[in-house]
Amino acid sequence: MSGNGRFEPRIVAFLCNWCTYTAADTAGVSRMKQPPNVDIIRVMCTGRIDPVFVLKAFAEGADGVIVSGCHPPGDCHYNNGNYKTFRRMPLVEALLQQYGIEEGRFHWGWISGAEAPKWAELTREFTEQVRKLGPLNWKQQFASKED
Amino acid sequence: MQKISIDPITRLEGHGRIDIFLNDEGDVANAYMVIPELRGFEKFAEGRLVEEMNDITPRICGVCPEAHHMAATKACDAVYHVDPPPTAKKLRELFYSAFYVADHTVHFYILAAPDFVLGPDAPPAQRNILGLIHKVGVETGTAVIQARGKAMDIVGALGGRKVHPTFGVPGGVAKKITEEERAQFEKTARELVDFALFSLQLFKDVVLKNKAYVDLILSEAFTMPTYYMGTVDANNKVNFYDGKVRVVGPDGKEFVKYSPNEYLEVVAERVEPWTYLKFPYLKKVGWKGLVAGKDSGVYQATPLSRLNAADGMATPRAQEAYEEFYATLGGKPVHHTLATHWARLIELLYAAERLLELSTDPEITNPHVRNLPTEKPTEGVGIVEAPRGTLTHHYVTDERGVVKKANLIVGTTNNYAPIAIAVRQAAQAVIKKGVITEGILNRVEMAFRSYDPCFGCATHTLTGQMPLEVRIFDANGVLKEVLERE
Amino acid sequence: MGQNGKLKLGLYWAASCGGCEIAVVELREKLLIVDQVADIVFWPVATDFKYKDVEAYPDGYMDVCFFNGAIRTSENEHLAHLLRKKSKILVAFGSCAYEGCIPGLANLFDRESIFRRVYLESESVDNPNKVVPQTTYQMPEGEIHIPKFYNTVKTLAQVTDVDYFLPGCPPQDPQIWAVIEAIVAGKLPPKGSVVGANEKTVCDECKHVREEKKIKKFYRYHEIIPDSTKCLFDQGIICAGPATRGGCGALCTKVDIPCRGCYGPPPNVCDQGASLLAAVASVVDADTEEDARRIVSEILDPVGTFYRFSLPASLLHRARLS
Ligand code: SF4
Ligand code: SF4
Ligand code: SF4
Ligand code: FES
Repeated sequence: MSGNGRFEPRIVAFLCNWCTYTAADTAGVSRMKQPPNVDIIRVMCTGRIDPVFVLKAFAEGADGVIVSGCHPPGDCHYNNGNYKTFRRMPLVEALLQQYGIEEGRFHWGWISGAEAPKWAELTREFTEQVRKLGPLNWKQQFASKED
Repeated sequence: MQKISIDPITRLEGHGRIDIFLNDEGDVANAYMVIPELRGFEKFAEGRLVEEMNDITPRICGVCPEAHHMAATKACDAVYHVDPPPTAKKLRELFYSAFYVADHTVHFYILAAPDFVLGPDAPPAQRNILGLIHKVGVETGTAVIQARGKAMDIVGALGGRKVHPTFGVPGGVAKKITEEERAQFEKTARELVDFALFSLQLFKDVVLKNKAYVDLILSEAFTMPTYYMGTVDANNKVNFYDGKVRVVGPDGKEFVKYSPNEYLEVVAERVEPWTYLKFPYLKKVGWKGLVAGKDSGVYQATPLSRLNAADGMATPRAQEAYEEFYATLGGKPVHHTLATHWARLIELLYAAERLLELSTDPEITNPHVRNLPTEKPTEGVGIVEAPRGTLTHHYVTDERGVVKKANLIVGTTNNYAPIAIAVRQAAQAVIKKGVITEGILNRVEMAFRSYDPCFGCATHTLTGQMPLEVRIFDANGVLKEVLERE
Repeated sequence: MGQNGKLKLGLYWAASCGGCEIAVVELREKLLIVDQVADIVFWPVATDFKYKDVEAYPDGYMDVCFFNGAIRTSENEHLAHLLRKKSKILVAFGSCAYEGCIPGLANLFDRESIFRRVYLESESVDNPNKVVPQTTYQMPEGEIHIPKFYNTVKTLAQVTDVDYFLPGCPPQDPQIWAVIEAIVAGKLPPKGSVVGANEKTVCDECKHVREEKKIKKFYRYHEIIPDSTKCLFDQGIICAGPATRGGCGALCTKVDIPCRGCYGPPPNVCDQGASLLAAVASVVDADTEEDARRIVSEILDPVGTFYRFSLPASLLHRARLS
């Protein structure tokens, strides 16, 4: 919670080094308007993002998770890392839904190095969206010794 | 008011406890058979793929996983409106017969036999399977272990794992068998028929020739007339794998005969706030509390019940044994619950004979063992006879075969009410004016053993006795005395 | 170790199906050897020792305790703590104790919804007064207590310190025997190890021939009659083999049924379901997002498929409580 009592979600973003991370970097350098809620984890390619990363982020307290990399088909620096991603992430989505984690808490997609404004906009919109959904507090469900 | 707890008794798909309350005179006011466990399969079946239910539901009970596997597989046939090829049905029944041989062997030799062969008054330290082996000889003991093992090997050959095998699929079975396997099964089956005959002879020699035992079997304390349930074939002969479920009254007359999909018209379940297990009863008679007799919907579903509910056995030697059983015990139906052990051996013989019939069936090696479902899945009920009673699985799915609702009436559960009554009867018979003898341990123990071997569990091996403990509390809940078997 | 040089062995089942106990019986004649090298000092299904006896044992009295079954109720948890205290080595025996197993799929729901289904909504229940079991209930003659049914199925290690993990639903008898031999010989690996299994995956033990997998359509196993010489996964049937620790001898695939993963994750995999999910996604033969979505959308129960045996032990442990 921030000083004014507004819920400040914690968002973890896994970004590939070559596209979305570049966009995020540009957005930062250009001082585009972005909420402070997004913690960026840089990976070399989205193809490196094991589904475990997403689950672990939620398990450790993230209220929302973003996965973003280079546009398919051709932009991935490693040819087809993003193919891996678009084959995996729909399943991760389905999994999260069964866990009762709302759709709005997980976003995956593509933002190229040239799309810094798109990144800034995504962070603003996604943060608002997760803020509306409220805290996820994954760990708290196990806090009670009784249950 | 005093309260006595027997805790823990062993398994009913888990755990059990008996709480006994004494009134001011020190007589038994009431006794409650409490099941402190639930796992909720009916709920978490929701959302699962229906064809996976035959792998999921066996984890209800690892003592009779084959029964859940088969009931679930048959329910899936019904859900998908698919009829398995004849060879698949025969292979399923072959698999199931092998399981029955293994299961009934364990229960008779490990659970019941020590009581009879060594006698109820033998020192507890000897009243176990090791003592039994000592008395009947290592040769016989080894024969028992091997007979069970060979039957389990058939289960494993067809189902992969020996515990929690997976063999059935909607529309058939996963595996066809080779001539080599068939020949092996036939060889085993022949040995198992001999083993079953030997077991029946042992029972006759040891129990029936001993007047004290016969008197015990016929005694009032172990007599409980109720309705009896069991599955029968088209000729009203006992069948474990398929048929209609028949219920006879305490008078032995047919009360109802129903197809699996009609089960809801016949059976209902009662919920009590002091236990996690539900009490099934016959809907048309109604729930009258934990009482036996014609006016109470309480029924039993045990080997004895199956014999009572049928007109005979479908194999020749089992039929002879069936006739001898009723001739000796004074005609049908038999209400003496200790006779369940004898009934179980008749079923053992039937299962072995059926295994032999099937393993010599010319069609059994036919490679056509599956029909692929083509219809939209909807709803289905599957019923088999688990060793511990009629087992019902009922699934409702969406159009993609995802389970929306599941309802299960599990073998042992059928007998919850009769067991609870038996326990109370036993307690009332032995506790008088506050005098609690050690006899209660044995009586109560024998009461469940005859009703439901699952209480003792197939693995109740080494000492052959229930870990019973009676705790006596005074009115303030202070522990006054602990009675236990030495 | 007792004065007679024999090991003191305990076996206990918590929320268990009993299959782990039958797996011990599957040792058959070898049980008699166990009897020679070990004194069984607690085994409620087989021997006459009571909770009270266990309570009276000095701490660390048992050399080894095999604990099967998960933690479903307050009673299960109580026994887990008690047996931890009384045992030098506590082994999570079987999938339930190790990782929650199939009954752990109940973690997709909570106590309230389970009670509602079982006691109120079940088709065969006749319960006009909406009775559900109570942990304490006043009968005319006195009070009756039953243990508390928890919202969440937990693994043994989630409630107490565990020394070794023996996987399988149930563990296979040759593996149980191997572990007993290791115990007797004093040759156990470092604390925290998985014992009675292999360091590779089920695929390494499987006889079906593997090629490069490329799947345009997944099949549910009732939809296809597989070629029993070829890898089932290659034929579109989801098989947990690549995401499952070996040790069973690929028993299920021997009878043309896919592995469901009962031996748990392979070494160095923390979340078996995520690992299987990745394996499944990697074989999808799709060059566009739409195609990929269409193909994987046929997987209707991802949690039940990927986490069949390991939901309570997974990173997220359970579905969200409302
Ligand atoms: S691991 Fe499997 S066999 Fe063992 S208790 Fe659990 S469900 Fe039963
Ligand atoms: S995926 Fe399954 S069928 Fe294929 S090799 Fe592995 S275990 Fe065998
Ligand atoms: S093949 Fe898989 S599911 Fe079958 S026993 Fe082995 S590990 Fe368990
Ligand atoms: S490098 Fe960006 S997705 Fe592969």
